Amino acid sequence: METLIVPSLAGAEAPTAGTATGLLIIGASQSGVQLAISLRALGYTEHITLLGDEDHRPYQRPALSKEFLQDKVGSESLIFRTNEYWIEHHITLVKGERIASLDSNPDGSGFAHGTSGTDYPYTRLALTVGARPRLLEAPGAGLDGVVYLRNADDALRLKELAPTTTDVVVVGGGFIGLEAASSLASMGKRVTVLEYGPRLVGRAVGEETSEYFLTEHRKRGLDIRIGARIEEIIDDGHGALCGVKLEDGDVLKAQIVLVGIGVIPNTELGEALGLEVNNGILVDSGAVASDGTTIVVGDVANMPNPVPGAPTGERIRLESVNNAIEHAKVAAYSLMGRSEEYAGIPWFWSNQADMKLQIAGLSTGFDSTVLRRDPERGKFTVLYYRSGRIIAADAVNAPLDFMAVKQALAAGRSIDSVAAADPATMLKTLIA
Amino acid sequence: MTTVHFTDAAGATTTINANAGDSVMETAVRNGVTAIVAECGGSLSCATCHVFVAEADLPSLEPMGEMEDEMLYGTAEDRADNSRLSCQIRLAEGQELHVTTPETQV
Repeated sequence: METLIVPSLAGAEAPTAGTATGLLIIGASQSGVQLAISLRALGYTEHITLLGDEDHRPYQRPALSKEFLQDKVGSESLIFRTNEYWIEHHITLVKGERIASLDSNPDGSGFAHGTSGTDYPYTRLALTVGARPRLLEAPGAGLDGVVYLRNADDALRLKELAPTTTDVVVVGGGFIGLEAASSLASMGKRVTVLEYGPRLVGRAVGEETSEYFLTEHRKRGLDIRIGARIEEIIDDGHGALCGVKLEDGDVLKAQIVLVGIGVIPNTELGEALGLEVNNGILVDSGAVASDGTTIVVGDVANMPNPVPGAPTGERIRLESVNNAIEHAKVAAYSLMGRSEEYAGIPWFWSNQADMKLQIAGLSTGFDSTVLRRDPERGKFTVLYYRSGRIIAADAVNAPLDFMAVKQALAAGRSIDSVAAADPATMLKTLIA
Repeated sequence: MTTVHFTDAAGATTTINANAGDSVMETAVRNGVTAIVAECGGSLSCATCHVFVAEADLPSLEPMGEMEDEMLYGTAEDRADNSRLSCQIRLAEGQELHVTTPETQV
């Protein structure tokens, strides 16, 4: 039995940023971090530089709209790895640096030019640059107090504004908007959610689930306006906002307007390299871009649909932690010279108030649904079927349902839709 | 000193000096114990931080909640009587804990 006392393991000094070659990972994100970690686990011997444009050590984003916003966890809990980990594994971290341009050679090597004036030479490049919030287009959208929620600084700004805030308007009834709205309501704020579309979370869940969240959130005190149109964000006369005027004439008081209306993939560096771009940077099933050398992973990558059995040639861009991790693992194999096709069942989660939503699979293209409800225990599941076979599930406070569907999909099996309609029957027993 | 001993499926043990108040999952992940995956970062959504707790240490832990109990039915390696999700185990000052990690988490 081998016993190691960590972190007393001393690592050799990592080369200083700007002098190391090897792999340069642009984007110290969930996918960038996972790529570096997976490469070291696979025995990758080249130096790795992990470069990010934020002034923080690499951290996890999911809690920003939930536990972190509500002060239930501190910033230290969000940190991916200790400083010792990075040093021991010869991974150089560069914080607060933005890459302005790239000079690349046909063999995949080149120089990345930072806005700080530092150049970063590389023999291989990986882009894990993610996405940025879509900006609200409305009169007054530039006022102080209009905030977004993508990174730690956004969350810190929101926490700074929160104590003097009584009223919040959330623009966008998607995951981020509803998570943040629930968090802010739990902090005692009066919260109104404006959804432009015909239903909540319209891009990610079916109608039954949208309806469920609308009803449940209203029950818990959120004022939700479906089909809402903003006329303007109202100026208090001193550059800050004091409310939101809707097209129907309603005026909502607010000191914070939190915008969560989707993201735009950061494709600029890929375009500068001449990579094929179409709703993200196009990659093959091994996370390699159209130049045959640049690795692209996570939210910014437009890739062959990884769901087993998906139509050949179908492409998808996924915004999720699960995808950032699994896609990075495949990319790590590519960098090791091993060809592994990205395949897996995408899954997602969203915690809103006391409701834990877990989604297994992609429901796009479903032709029928089965509902399982247990109102007494607050459980609610929608199963999605296409041509009689299960393709996805939305499960609220029902982890057994979620995991049964995830397992069935991973095994290429289905779940009988008639028997599944009885919420007392365990889905696990119906996998066939 | 707060300490966690992680023994992997092959029998190798890694000992980590932990911070009181952190979860066993956080202690593992931050220090590079790769047998703990923890995709969801501790929000009780993924069941990839499964550990088996040494029998002698079980009485020192708070009982598990219903969500954790249900999630444990979805772990990659089947649950046992001493199974826990390590994101739900908070370490107290001076606590010493021995856990074994499963062969696979996903």
